[in-house]
Amino acid sequence: MKRHLLSTADLSRDDAELILATAAELRELADRPIKKLPALRGRTVVNLFFEDSTRTRISFEAAAKRLSADVINFAAKGSSLSKGESLKDTALTLEAMGADAVVVRHGASGAPHRLAHSGWVRSNVVNAGDGTHEHPTQALLDAFTMVRHLGGSGAKPSLDGRRVVIVGDVLHSRVARSNALLLNTLGAEVTLVAPPTLLPVGVESWPVETSYDLDAVIPKADAVMMLRVQRERMSGGFFPTAREYSRRYGLDGRRMATLQDHTIVMHPGPMVRGMEITADVADSDRSVIVEQVTNGVAVRMAVLYLLLGGSEPAVGGEE
Amino acid sequence: MTTYWIKNVSILGGQPTNLVLNEGRIGHIGDLRGVSSDDGVEEIDGTGLIALPGLVDLHTHLREPGREDAETVESGTRAAAMGGFTAVHAMANTEPVADTAGVVEQVWRLGREAGYCDVYPVGAVTVGLAGQQLAELGAMADSAARVRVFSDDGKCVSDAVLMRRALEYVKAFDGVVAQHAQEPRLTEGAQMNEGELSGRLGLAGWPAVAEEAIIARDVLLAEHVGSRLHVCHVSTAGSVELIRWAKGKGVQVTAEACPHHLLLTDDLAATYDPIYKVNPPLRSTADAEALRAGLADGTIDIVATDHAPHPLEDKDCEWAAAAFGMLGLETALSIVQQTMVDTGLLDWAGVAERMSYAPARIGRVSDVQGRPIVAGEPANVVLYDPRATRVVDPAESQSLSRNTPYRGMELPGRVVATFLRGKATVLDGKIQ
Repeated sequence: MKRHLLSTADLSRDDAELILATAAELRELADRPIKKLPALRGRTVVNLFFEDSTRTRISFEAAAKRLSADVINFAAKGSSLSKGESLKDTALTLEAMGADAVVVRHGASGAPHRLAHSGWVRSNVVNAGDGTHEHPTQALLDAFTMVRHLGGSGAKPSLDGRRVVIVGDVLHSRVARSNALLLNTLGAEVTLVAPPTLLPVGVESWPVETSYDLDAVIPKADAVMMLRVQRERMSGGFFPTAREYSRRYGLDGRRMATLQDHTIVMHPGPMVRGMEITADVADSDRSVIVEQVTNGVAVRMAVLYLLLGGSEPAVGGEE
Repeated sequence: MTTYWIKNVSILGGQPTNLVLNEGRIGHIGDLRGVSSDDGVEEIDGTGLIALPGLVDLHTHLREPGREDAETVESGTRAAAMGGFTAVHAMANTEPVADTAGVVEQVWRLGREAGYCDVYPVGAVTVGLAGQQLAELGAMADSAARVRVFSDDGKCVSDAVLMRRALEYVKAFDGVVAQHAQEPRLTEGAQMNEGELSGRLGLAGWPAVAEEAIIARDVLLAEHVGSRLHVCHVSTAGSVELIRWAKGKGVQVTAEACPHHLLLTDDLAATYDPIYKVNPPLRSTADAEALRAGLADGTIDIVATDHAPHPLEDKDCEWAAAAFGMLGLETALSIVQQTMVDTGLLDWAGVAERMSYAPARIGRVSDVQGRPIVAGEPANVVLYDPRATRVVDPAESQSLSRNTPYRGMELPGRVVATFLRGKATVLDGKIQ
């Protein structure tokens, strides 16, 4: 594995399988009375969040703490975009504090890449979501969740031949980018569904199929992932009204009825109930949305553990 | 004043000869027997060197007044001299904006005081570059700075009526509107060339159509009102095609390409290093090739640098937060050599046309700049060694800024000397 996790494109199939297999071991920990391992004792993980994100930050914090790392939460309100302290100065501060890993969420695409490659810090950098670029740990937890439900009985985590449909604002979605790349690496067949205005230019070169017609593709899907649609996209003229969007691209009870029995429904959160997903779908038996959150902690534990040089088995070496 | 005897030099790549610069003029060309010499003669061995007319840049940002931390008229013109330029047109997007006779006269005067090259201020088309109301174009034209080029560069004159009026109005003093062709609504928040890579990197796209739509409109407007139009920093294959079409119809349109668009491409954005962030953005290889072909066949009239200095903090940050622009004056001739001469697309006479004669004509300064190298003409001359190579070191730049995208690259050629009206501004490759 590379030193940093900036994009799921950086992960080979072996890397991805290792992370998912490690996460599976660590996932068992959640069911134990004592949920803590000493693996990263004495190491410092900094959560550097330039954008509000409650769930991702808490997930990383829980992951680091369960591995006994020291955690510093750094909510940097106002990046250099808003004339606050610059990314560089913040990075130098963290470096001076002796951070071993920096988990960074930033509104600018490529900010974690800059952090990792500009020589400002020596720490391992984990991208926790950058602009409209990528969100690799979200894709890993999505893949992990899919493997648990759809992965078959093979020894290795695999999604070979599984059909995943990702629906919504692909253009602005870092989750969609990371998932498209990772799921392809793991052998899944990915179809992106969106109105043409919300598919990026050049999507035809991505390792995915695309469709404008949700009803045509979901009956064959093994997993359907709904993406959040921000209401401000409406003022950008990407679609006429929220109602029309819901009608054409929302997942409601009628559409859910066309799914195969085993098909799962996913959402990276936060959901806009009534917009891209109706409440009855979100709360249905098919929905694994809450489980995604649980799995997120295990996946992030695996990432931190593997990046920070865990060569010993993560589980089993309790002192 | 020193008299220079430049021996065995190749004028525009021709047979080696001797060139005498005397009293600010080209005194003599050819055999030196019988040419009187006194104690003030300095001889320069021109063996292997090419003599070109002093280069003229139609598109330079000198940043003064307002951003003297990035560049001053003095530092920018020193960089220009090092690049072989004897004249630069200073863009209007200063603070305050060069939209009044007072500001353009200040820039003009600062250029005279610095003395490294002639500085021709460009006047803003609209007050404050705001695109609302015409600036006092006539007052700038009548000022001591004698402004003939007007541009809101950095911003597009996107309002069609305002553009039409500007094109018409400047006819009264033989001016030209130099358009920064960028449809603003199509490029809101734009960060890089829109294409497969922008989608993958999650950087907002700057589509070629946003440039081409404005150029298409403007050439039709220029034809309709019978005015001169100049298109700044053409960056796409489609734009070249439109300009070729317009010229074929007889529209009075001229166009420039920048060295960075001839050499660099958008794949550099994958580094997320904003040293490669520029407006218009670096485009595809096919676009760069179309620009080279257009420059070779004359569709693109000139090379202009769009030299855009920025202090370190405006580039040492995340891509979206960084400023657009890159240095260009000191590397322009080398890049033109690499992309146009060494590839066989242009000879040195063609370089002289595109980097000296034509920009001087467009800027209406060809009475004193962009003159041929013949006896009696002003001694604005560059001596260039095309066989030298150098590795670009930003620390060596005369600019106050360091934002060159060519850091560490090996480029061909070296400016050995620059003469402005017979006075050496650069000698032995060193600023004087």
